Amino acid sequence: MANIGSAWGERKRQPAMRENGKTEWAAVVGRAMGILVLLAGILLAAGLCNASPASDNQVPNIFDPRSPNAKSLYHLSNFVLAITGMIFVVVFGLLVYVIVKFRDRTTGAWREPAQVYGSTQIELAWTVIPILIVVVLFLTTARVIHAIQDAPKPAQALSVTVIGHQFWWEFRYPELGVVTANELHLPVSTPTYLKLLSADTDHSFWIPQLAGKTDLIPNRINEMWMEPEQTGTFLGQCAQYCGTQHAKMLLRVSVDSPEDFDIWVRGQKQTALQDQKELAGRHVFESTSCVNCHAVGGTNGTGRFGPDLTHLMSRKTIAAGAARNTHENLRLWIENPDAIKPGSLMPAMKLSDADLDALVRYLETLQ
Amino acid sequence: MSSDAMAIRTASETGRPWVETLHEWVTTVDHKRLGILYILYALFFLVVAGSEAMIMRIQLMYPHNAFVSPQVFNRMFTMHGTTMVFFVGIPILFGFANYIVPLMIGARDMAFPRLNAFSFWLTAFGGFLLYFSFFGGSGLYGAGSAPDVGWWAYAPLTSRAFSPGHSTDYWTIGLLVAGFGSIGTAINIIATILCMRCPGMKLGRMPLLVWMNLVMSGMVLIAITPLSAAQIMLCVDRYLGGHFFDTQAGGSATLWMHFFWIFGHPEVYILIIPAFAFMSEIVPVFSRKPIFGYPVMVGATVCIGFLSLSVWAHHMFTIGMSSYTNAFFTLTTLAVGIPTGIKIFNWLGTMWGGKIQFKTPMLFCIAFLFQFLIAGLTGIMLGSAAFNWQLSGSYFVVAHFHYTLVGGLLFAIFAAFYYWYPKIIGKMLSEGLGKLHFWLLFIGFHLTFDLMHIPGLLGMPRRIYTYEPGRGWDTWNLLITIGAFIQGIATLVFVANLIISYFKGAKAGSDPWDAWTLEWSVSSPPPSYNFASIPTVASRRPLWDLKHPEDQDGRYE
Repeated sequence: MANIGSAWGERKRQPAMRENGKTEWAAVVGRAMGILVLLAGILLAAGLCNASPASDNQVPNIFDPRSPNAKSLYHLSNFVLAITGMIFVVVFGLLVYVIVKFRDRTTGAWREPAQVYGSTQIELAWTVIPILIVVVLFLTTARVIHAIQDAPKPAQALSVTVIGHQFWWEFRYPELGVVTANELHLPVSTPTYLKLLSADTDHSFWIPQLAGKTDLIPNRINEMWMEPEQTGTFLGQCAQYCGTQHAKMLLRVSVDSPEDFDIWVRGQKQTALQDQKELAGRHVFESTSCVNCHAVGGTNGTGRFGPDLTHLMSRKTIAAGAARNTHENLRLWIENPDAIKPGSLMPAMKLSDADLDALVRYLETLQ
Repeated sequence: MSSDAMAIRTASETGRPWVETLHEWVTTVDHKRLGILYILYALFFLVVAGSEAMIMRIQLMYPHNAFVSPQVFNRMFTMHGTTMVFFVGIPILFGFANYIVPLMIGARDMAFPRLNAFSFWLTAFGGFLLYFSFFGGSGLYGAGSAPDVGWWAYAPLTSRAFSPGHSTDYWTIGLLVAGFGSIGTAINIIATILCMRCPGMKLGRMPLLVWMNLVMSGMVLIAITPLSAAQIMLCVDRYLGGHFFDTQAGGSATLWMHFFWIFGHPEVYILIIPAFAFMSEIVPVFSRKPIFGYPVMVGATVCIGFLSLSVWAHHMFTIGMSSYTNAFFTLTTLAVGIPTGIKIFNWLGTMWGGKIQFKTPMLFCIAFLFQFLIAGLTGIMLGSAAFNWQLSGSYFVVAHFHYTLVGGLLFAIFAAFYYWYPKIIGKMLSEGLGKLHFWLLFIGFHLTFDLMHIPGLLGMPRRIYTYEPGRGWDTWNLLITIGAFIQGIATLVFVANLIISYFKGAKAGSDPWDAWTLEWSVSSPPPSYNFASIPTVASRRPLWDLKHPEDQDGRYE
């Protein structure tokens, strides 16, 4: 197939230009790329290491899994990274070799290089090898998919129904009779099956250290499971664009020891203590539009559009994790929600200062 | 921008009133002028959508930054994505196809010149309609607002309950109109390639660019149709009480996803196959060798075209499909890697044993190879459904597809600019500015998009207008924004190069690169009739045959 090109004297190109153009572009490109790859590698390693202080899981790192399903995803990802890494090294090596070795070094008379049109054997080789790689990757992935998706639900598993709302999470424990919001409590080392529903638009439930994400889609029931192996707080947030405040639809999962979890459940099952001293605040709650959206057990507030407030003070955050649950934040949230979470569906309540203070004092009794 | 275009002919038209020139450009049916109009239109929107990206990057520089409100941020990412795909990517590629394909196959114009003009103006009108939403989005009585539903506009966010006002309608109708324009041009390109080739140019002798545009246009016909259908269904939902996607009345949110992605994934290949086309023309010329394995390249392109129609649900691995479905789409997605890999190897094979000349177009091509390789490998990671459960919807995905569309497509488009500008304008682009442009863009690109993978791995979801401090995302985001600024400066250098070289560039002559395809056999810019007499070709490289009468290509093909 090869066809040696002939010398071509009248090629319209001045020798001077040719000399000029012969800067070490190839070498420079090669070196720059090498350095970049190296740098990227170092940065990545550094980032992933310093980003995961094992004590508090503030960094939701997918390479720091704490649940068997997340771990099998982690092992799969290592395998895929290793294979793609090898492909990268081979092809990148070839590219660097080609641009260094075959750059135009002509100094004298110009000659076209040998004209090669192809080679069946070589092309066959670089078709068959990728096919084999694809088969291996496919089988490995299919095994993990099956292991996670088709895992049978154990009898002792805890069930939780997760309902996505614009822009907060509702959690229901049907077997325990508990309803809460935004902060999910789970017992350690217990398989938990989540049933995922949506009240409005699409959302996605993602706690990187505990499981891959699964979407919450209206008119559709999805399921996922996790089995946290370690106590502590794990962070995540909504991973499917769901509207204006998608960014502040944060998630906290508190993995408790069995004893702590029992204490928490018992607390949540009590009807809210109604402090007689804060009747004024309760009256504000019951007589304004608060009750249209919020429920507090034992009052006429049974709204379901917003989070259940019966045990509001047992939660560390308000506004789906957008602010810590402090007196000032609570007051600000009722007075002007846009200051904390612009675009959230909580309206500014436009209460008088006296009513506002009474209401906040009342809410602070809801242990 | 458009004034440059209009000035192109002024040398021969001095003394004529500018209105007449303008009238000529608006009513033109010449494929070269329409090609230029497409390209200028796309460049304008490239700058617009690039500015939208800069606004997002400034907002994400620091956690809890308040540069823009969440509403504005959501509009920015919706408009950025929609504009880049529909009003930059497609028009710029159609522009090059319009200009180059007839010249490459020895034709005097496209098959349907009037359809060509009609399609361009439809596309143009679609873009302006979309942007009019900034003024008219909420209806005439309210302040305008652009759509904020994201470029894939998942149901039920687009239903009237969640998107009141008209901003979503501008999105729907704008894309519908532009989509009809795309279908018109695709039909035109197919008809031109099948019917207008000069004597001797058998299908097996067409330049690869022509082949790839043929495949791309076929895919446009198949892919835009379901999108248009879905847009019409959405209009029915919003105005005629339909319930296709209206989940509150029993509609299906996943139906929209299927419709959108059976368009959306082929769309990605519609954008990248013309980039392959540029590569397949430019790499051989600057390696001084014919393309390695022409038949395999054609086969791989057709194969990618077909396979790409079977992978759409890999955008939906997290919606709770069955394990068998997830496994199936993993297999099809990984399979696309095979013909794509073949292409990368064949380009390397073309360079192997050549005499590589590092002119600006070739620099962009080499960077393309490097970056597209990485984009392909992160694509394999995302294609593995189980790994995808962690990566999908995160900044890792954003990094991946920008690697494809910026590191791949945009670099290839810049290569095409530096390569064909001399043909279109008749002047060379400055090599000095070109190399400055290349290195700035290269550095900026890698600073931005290499690092962008990392916050994704650390759990940062996409489409968030702000984020919490202390999650390990802060430093990365700051560096990413710095990289974005460098890319912005690089783009300004490019625009400056276009303008300066237009006035002061060296004369190009008809064949500045010593290339081999027919467009280099006519003057630069080509006369309006292209070829005084229709050429006859005997091989894939007619100009090689002309320059080497003793050593013609036809004997070896």
